[in-house]
Amino acid sequence: MRKVAVIGVGMTKFGELWNSSLRSLTIEAGIKALNDAGIGGEEVDAIYTGCMSGDMFVKQGHIASLIADYGGMLPVPSTRVEAACASGGLALRQGFMAIASGMADIVVVGGVEKMTDSLGSQTTGYLALAADQEWEAFNGATFPSLYALMARRHMHEYGTTEEQLGLVAVKNHHNGSLNPNAHFQFDVSLEKVMNSSLVADPLRLFHCSPVSDGAACVILASEEKAKELSEDPVWIIGSGQASAAIGLYDREDICTIDSTVNAARAAYKMAGVTPKDIDFAEVHDCFTINEIISSEDLGFFKKGEGGKAVEEGLTSLDGEIPINPSGGLKAKGHPVGATGVAQAVEAVIQLRGKAGKRQVKDAEIGLTHNIGGSGGTAVIHIFSR
Amino acid sequence: MSVPRFWREIPYRYRLIGSYCENCKETFFPPREICPKCRRAGNIKNIKLEEEGEIFSYTVIRTAPPEFNTQTPYVVALIKLKNGPLILSQVTDCDVEDVEIGKKVRMVFRKISEDGEAGIINYGYKFVLAE
Repeated sequence: MRKVAVIGVGMTKFGELWNSSLRSLTIEAGIKALNDAGIGGEEVDAIYTGCMSGDMFVKQGHIASLIADYGGMLPVPSTRVEAACASGGLALRQGFMAIASGMADIVVVGGVEKMTDSLGSQTTGYLALAADQEWEAFNGATFPSLYALMARRHMHEYGTTEEQLGLVAVKNHHNGSLNPNAHFQFDVSLEKVMNSSLVADPLRLFHCSPVSDGAACVILASEEKAKELSEDPVWIIGSGQASAAIGLYDREDICTIDSTVNAARAAYKMAGVTPKDIDFAEVHDCFTINEIISSEDLGFFKKGEGGKAVEEGLTSLDGEIPINPSGGLKAKGHPVGATGVAQAVEAVIQLRGKAGKRQVKDAEIGLTHNIGGSGGTAVIHIFSR
Repeated sequence: MSVPRFWREIPYRYRLIGSYCENCKETFFPPREICPKCRRAGNIKNIKLEEEGEIFSYTVIRTAPPEFNTQTPYVVALIKLKNGPLILSQVTDCDVEDVEIGKKVRMVFRKISEDGEAGIINYGYKFVLAE
């Protein structure tokens, strides 16, 4: 297997971007990443783009062709990748495999979602497409409600508190306030989180990531190309992906997401590292409970102790294992298909030491964790300077 | 939703028919064609599930998609069926404050949703508190 480097990154601001379309967002992120890498489109062998549901949000299919066309990249082969909210992470893994296998030397990996072009009342239903339509959504389950079921059980089994769920939001909003690309660049108090309106008990509005527009892009290169083109390549040293039951009803334990556990095992093994070696992680906090559960499943804390870890500040920017220095999905925003790629963008910026006020000190190894649906898919990557 | 898409699931939605693997002696709901444990070695049969169980986890939905908008707030729960699997269902006919983990529930037959003003009406299982 060949080594794979990231030689360029770019992203749009995340947020409610009324002036931008699906294609303009994608192109903006792509141009930034190509400029950052210092290469032209003619050097690109393949494009992989994560997009969960352009089909529903903007009623556009065949997104792969659209992006290659409007990106001025014809006739480069272009592929759209979908695994619900893990679409971006999965696109990154496709690009990684294309280079590792020797099929390509330079790959553009994009992620995009244009969510605010659909009406708010429809958005809830479109996001629920990631759940089992026949046996979850049919019965009235919404997407937040599935994570609420996990949260309630985690509270029941391990004594996790609503305050701990809230503190994840407080921490991530603080980090987001330091990120100029974040959807929400302001701090929130625990009181504000605890008094926000209930969405699906015990989850409140401020426990949920927002509906955002945005795109992100990374340029991957083989070792040979990376050494030729880049002075500060960041290496992808581990990649793991796993599937788990699409519905909560078929899980042995709803306080663990098996796909995370299995994908993490594969990624750690490939990278030859353990959770203790990770200096920071971008973790899929679509709902604050997921950051708590995932921080356990990734091996940073024992099962049941993720809530306490947040309370003790272990996951803060200056903590033992900073989680979501970018602000996470909660504050940076969650344009679903873009999220997995934006996590990689943050990992690279951190490892280059260019994250400004939110820089994690002495960061050498970072991890990104991207989940699809309620955990049916997990994709994990490990990056190193 | 087209009528056949709903109609083909009627035995499972109306009478709580699940799947039983004669090889693994395991019960599944919703029905499966392949046993997830022993795969093709399995022999899957239909089985009538118990209509009683207890609440494993629950939530109260306050924000819902259009077809459920008129029902908020409503309870969605994971229910551990007696001698059986977990099932995701609404818990109805109760004050949402009365729902707790561990409470006993039993199945009832109810309207689930309406597909717009001219579409079909979806029926199926919900659960009510048994105590």
